[in-house]
Amino acid sequence: MEVYVDVKNLSFHRGDRAIYEDITLQIPKGKITAVMGPSGVGKTTLLRLIGGQVEASSGSITVAGLDVAQASRKELFEARRKMGMLFQSGALFSDMSVYENVALPLQEHTDFDEAMIRDIVLMKLQSVGLRGAAYLMPAELSGGMARRAALARAIALDPDLVMYDEPFAGQDPISKGVLVELIKRLNRAANITSVLVSHDVEESLSIADHVCLLSAGRVILAGTPDEVRQSSDPRVVQFLQGQADGPVGFHYPAPNYEAQLLEA
Amino acid sequence: MKTIYLAIHKYIESVGRAGVFLFQSLFRLPVRWDEAIRLYLKQIYSVGVLSLIIIMVSGAFIGMVLALQGYSILTSYGSESAVGQLLALTLLRELGPVVTGLLFAGRAGSALTAEIGLMKTTEQLSSYEMMGIDPLRRVIAPRLLAGVTCMPILAIIFSAVGIWAGMLVSVQWLGVDEGSFWSSMQQSVYFDTDIMNGVIKSLVFAIAVVWIAVYQGYVCQPTSEGIGRATTRTVVLGSLAILGLDFLLTAAMFGDF
Repeated sequence: MEVYVDVKNLSFHRGDRAIYEDITLQIPKGKITAVMGPSGVGKTTLLRLIGGQVEASSGSITVAGLDVAQASRKELFEARRKMGMLFQSGALFSDMSVYENVALPLQEHTDFDEAMIRDIVLMKLQSVGLRGAAYLMPAELSGGMARRAALARAIALDPDLVMYDEPFAGQDPISKGVLVELIKRLNRAANITSVLVSHDVEESLSIADHVCLLSAGRVILAGTPDEVRQSSDPRVVQFLQGQADGPVGFHYPAPNYEAQLLEA
Repeated sequence: MKTIYLAIHKYIESVGRAGVFLFQSLFRLPVRWDEAIRLYLKQIYSVGVLSLIIIMVSGAFIGMVLALQGYSILTSYGSESAVGQLLALTLLRELGPVVTGLLFAGRAGSALTAEIGLMKTTEQLSSYEMMGIDPLRRVIAPRLLAGVTCMPILAIIFSAVGIWAGMLVSVQWLGVDEGSFWSSMQQSVYFDTDIMNGVIKSLVFAIAVVWIAVYQGYVCQPTSEGIGRATTRTVVLGSLAILGLDFLLTAAMFGDF
């Protein structure tokens, strides 16, 4: 197994709160890796760490051989051309049309002429089913459409690594199904390495080749979807079945309930 | 004691950050010049052209009020023809740059902060970074440069409209002799001390206001409350900076007795 992203002994703190404590995980090349865990476990932060947008407190992250924390600004910007990121909100540039959004990375990073760029943009939009919406503004799109348009933009430069931040959250069943198919197809067709951050258990397990389960700042399981399904670890079982009671605390740390109610 | 120390420390740190931010935005040259010029012109439109109406209307009213007030005092000395001089010097030296700056901070500065803050909140700035495009170069630099270009021009327009409106009030309405209105102005206004000093002032105010505006947007807390606070801070800090700098600049330019 060839490793594309290698996270070693990574710790990350926000203020005094530890988001990650000494985690180690590998993202295999050319596969779909799903990083799952309850909300607030810092899944989005992991993607930002891989993209070099935030700096780890300790440990190292290597993306395609480049140590992200040690890289110079220039190297980092260079490396990001080979990464595509789909933000949870889509993050389309609101002052540009869908077409201009998808065309921007091509205009910035390639020497292609306008005709060539136009063809690529139309192809990418066609693959997400939005060729007809090319000249709409982001404000005119529904949430699901915005995310698909953002996906077209993320893959405009044919990146080696695509990161999806909660791609299924807030999608209707049809868009969800379309996205699942899209992610799968992209991965197979272009041999892209995909990282998927999600807490949608069924969708994620159905497309992932490799799963990392995070809880309380640690990796509690890394393996194939089948290994996850068959795991007897009570934390994994609790997460997969969505139980409130279990080793993973549902409640935010709080003082004793009874004592607080009886307080004057 | 410790809190005072921490507050000073935090303040110096943020000034330093803002300085680095300004430097980085201005000294990263664009890769595609045609695109950079297009972005710059777009900002000239939204920062400058869209501020024209408020600047011209305010200039007209301030000129008219100055003419009325000036006339009522000067006429008791029989020197109402000096109202032209009064108008031109007050507008060119002080009110033009200062009031334009204050209006600009409220109209364009707050809009810049809110726009950039919202871009941050909706992850658009992160998105530029992840795309390998520097948001300082793409988003901040055109706004900074456009603001600094527009404000001196707006200040000159403000003064010109003010003088014209003051002329209407004093000549057409109050009956000051038109010839002496213009000649008193011609005799007392000098290009380098009055007009140029006004332009220099508005240039300095422009740098201060636009810098504050884009920086506040860039570092705001990415929440709706954070954007609101940053916008308020732009207007408050921008206005105070203008008034404080105006005192310093006036002392340096005209305080040589």
